[in-house]
Amino acid sequence: MDFFKRHFFVALSAVLGLILIAYVGARGNLQVIFGVVVPYLAVLIFVEGLIYRVIQWARSPVPFRIPTTAAQNRSLPWIEKNLGEKLDNPETTAHVIGRMALEVLAFRSLFRNLRTELRQDPDNPEGARLIHWSHKWLWLGAIAFHYAFLVVILRHLRFFTEPAPYPITLLTELDGFFQFFTPAVYLSGVVLVVAVAYLLWRRVSIPTLRYISLAADYFPLLLILGIGITGILMRYVFKTDVVAVKQLALGLVTLHPVVPAGISSLFYVHLFLVCVLFAYFPFSKLMHAPGVFMSPTRNLASNNRWVRHVNPWNYPVKFHSYEEYEDKFREAMIEVGLPVEKEQ
Amino acid sequence: MAKVPKPSELLPGISYRPPQKGWMDIKPEFREGNYCNPAGLKWLQWLGYPHIHSWSVENEDWGLPPDWKETILQGMEDRLKRFRTLRLFFDICVRCGACADKCHFFLGTGDPKNMPVLRAELMRSVYKRYFKPVGKLLGEIAGARDLDEAVIKEWFYYLYQCTECRRCSVFCPYGIDMAEMTILGRELLSSVGLNIDWAMASVAQCYDKGSHIGATPQAMKDMMDFFAEENERVTGIYTPVHYNRKGAEILFVAPSGDYFADPGTYTFMGYLLLFTYLDLDWTLSTYAAEGGNFGYFISHEMGKRLNAKIYAEAKRLGVKWILGGECGHMWRTMNQYLDTWNGPADFLEMPVSPITGTRFDNAASTKMVHISEFTADLIKNGKLNLDPQRNAHIKLTFHDSCNTSRAMGIFEEPRYIIRNVLPEGHFVEMPPNTIREKTFCCGSGSGFNADEYLNIRMRGGLPRANAVRYVHDKFGVNHLGCICAIDRAVLPTLMRYWVPDMEVTGLSEMVGNALIFPDEMERTTDLRDRDLVGVGETAEEGGEEEE
Repeated sequence: MDFFKRHFFVALSAVLGLILIAYVGARGNLQVIFGVVVPYLAVLIFVEGLIYRVIQWARSPVPFRIPTTAAQNRSLPWIEKNLGEKLDNPETTAHVIGRMALEVLAFRSLFRNLRTELRQDPDNPEGARLIHWSHKWLWLGAIAFHYAFLVVILRHLRFFTEPAPYPITLLTELDGFFQFFTPAVYLSGVVLVVAVAYLLWRRVSIPTLRYISLAADYFPLLLILGIGITGILMRYVFKTDVVAVKQLALGLVTLHPVVPAGISSLFYVHLFLVCVLFAYFPFSKLMHAPGVFMSPTRNLASNNRWVRHVNPWNYPVKFHSYEEYEDKFREAMIEVGLPVEKEQ
Repeated sequence: MAKVPKPSELLPGISYRPPQKGWMDIKPEFREGNYCNPAGLKWLQWLGYPHIHSWSVENEDWGLPPDWKETILQGMEDRLKRFRTLRLFFDICVRCGACADKCHFFLGTGDPKNMPVLRAELMRSVYKRYFKPVGKLLGEIAGARDLDEAVIKEWFYYLYQCTECRRCSVFCPYGIDMAEMTILGRELLSSVGLNIDWAMASVAQCYDKGSHIGATPQAMKDMMDFFAEENERVTGIYTPVHYNRKGAEILFVAPSGDYFADPGTYTFMGYLLLFTYLDLDWTLSTYAAEGGNFGYFISHEMGKRLNAKIYAEAKRLGVKWILGGECGHMWRTMNQYLDTWNGPADFLEMPVSPITGTRFDNAASTKMVHISEFTADLIKNGKLNLDPQRNAHIKLTFHDSCNTSRAMGIFEEPRYIIRNVLPEGHFVEMPPNTIREKTFCCGSGSGFNADEYLNIRMRGGLPRANAVRYVHDKFGVNHLGCICAIDRAVLPTLMRYWVPDMEVTGLSEMVGNALIFPDEMERTTDLRDRDLVGVGETAEEGGEEEE
């Protein structure tokens, strides 16, 4: 089996295996394990792991201030910068916050994306030339996926609150605005699955991307796809007892866990995949979410020339001093009339 | 010197389709022309580098020290503790592939390991294997692999096919900076005695004598005096050069490329004309004679050791502030490292232009001003009498250098100068996706000027050249302007290869051409001895063309 297949099928088998485990467990009356123990464990691992990893990063200092300057830097007073330039090359903390907000909320850097092709061109003596297209599909896929996922998560808060706060109810209503099906179809769920499917498709179908992909890249996509599909199935096809589910969820958050009867196995599969996602999060590339906030090329102001950045482990180094230099060249320097410190 | 295929042979051979075999199973093949020669032992001895030994890239045995593996792993652990970037960049890459086709070496070679994501993965896989439990446990399927000599060879191959240009970092959603990782990787290679000659020779010469080109003080003076004579011959104006002069107001630090070879030398002549025109109180130093810093390309520490001389010399000479010449990576270090490495420069004063009175607040801490800022300010304040017609033979496009663009952000100043020294309509931009923060590298930065590396350099320079060709064919552009000495050293070669008939020029050269001195003699040529438009033969030819 080649590299790609090995990594893809390991990830796929892992997700299928997890589905099977949860299904068998739920069928085998292990509801307490899958409905209470695993969720608590997952949240514990998630929180502790997250804190551990962030602290681990934070413990390494940032010796140099190396922001990527993607626009004009502060210069002569008459060289003006528009807001976009201020955010692409921030000089102040406010600009940095703006840059980070754009990065985190709008995926600014990804929005720059280009696609470069070597295109046949008979007019060119070499028969081909490079062209650089604006290419926003990855940005679109990523932004659709992340926002859909966010809405889905927020929407789920209604299971954990009684009564559900108004913003959550409102969001849920807006999400289900298109009532072309009963029950109302939540747009976020559909967008989530479509976006994840696109991200997976591009990873498998674009040769260069398939070449760089590892099991750790397929696994979270397949896992989230599994979560999305089981969720959708539960809502529209194999309906589960929502009241019982809410009872379970409320029990978990109030630390009085109960396992009500009548919850389908499909639900436990869904829940188990979510738990795996939570537990997997701190040990995986999914840490890009907190990581982006700590990226020194993005979260620092480009003010090196007027505000000194101190390296905490800066140490003295040996360099060739002027005295050593003059000692070596003194005679020659005097001969050609270069000024010296000591005449001999 | 290795044979370089013709452009018409090279280009059709590029394919972006990766091979069937997984990347972990493919090892680079070292052939003449795709690697840089190992560093001469002399240079390493001068610098006190570890594990100095003689080795050959094409040999199976690279003569690594017996404890090379521990050294590398220890070095990696040490850097993980000292650089948040390294750990973070190892951990958060999602392999989205946004960086893949942004690298000029990938575009020029089609080698999938030149996709920045995979170049980083070459090191990341080792990090996972030795520093992450999941990698220790699962090995290959977790993207981890053992550190063996083949991995080291692969690092050497690909970390020296990265010019630290940071183009990928602009497009990365998390700002992963391949340049920083490349430097740290090269530090690791150095720690087991693997260095390249061109970079190390330059570093050692700079360390010992004052500049990369290794000019002794007397030789340097010779070169400078020659430029002064040349200026006098061409323009009739004597342009005095001041050396190591205590009490001067300004220390001028230029990249040595500008006094080493054409066309950089014309830029230097331009500096001298400008300073003479202004009657500036300035001095050069034969000790801190180098603005560039090849040390920085290979290690943070070596960069600091070379850069230390600039502040030390400014202090010894008692100058008020420092003016820097047109150089790319020099300004990366002056902007992002100088103050942190060698500051604080509290013995210097806030830079103020003695001509216009402009305070350079943006250099309040480093006390170092870029010549383009300085010149743009002069022009804006009407202090320079310029005749753009003297540059009428130049139709220019401007190459933003990687470092001044993505590690500093100096875009408008050079363009302002260009518009003022060229006649209307003589400045044409390259396509927007190939300039400013998206600019393409010359392909020979970060210590690759070596002749033995021409094959890779011409490939790496393809995207740049391709955009130049576009404006050449479409608008008749005949000059490529830049504010970088490495550019001036390597772009002429690149242009001869991909876009013949294209000259490379620094901006200060064009300023020198255009400057009208009081009581000057009539100029008939530019600084390169080329007839001006409307003078001599070009007058007749030009006249005919216009008819």
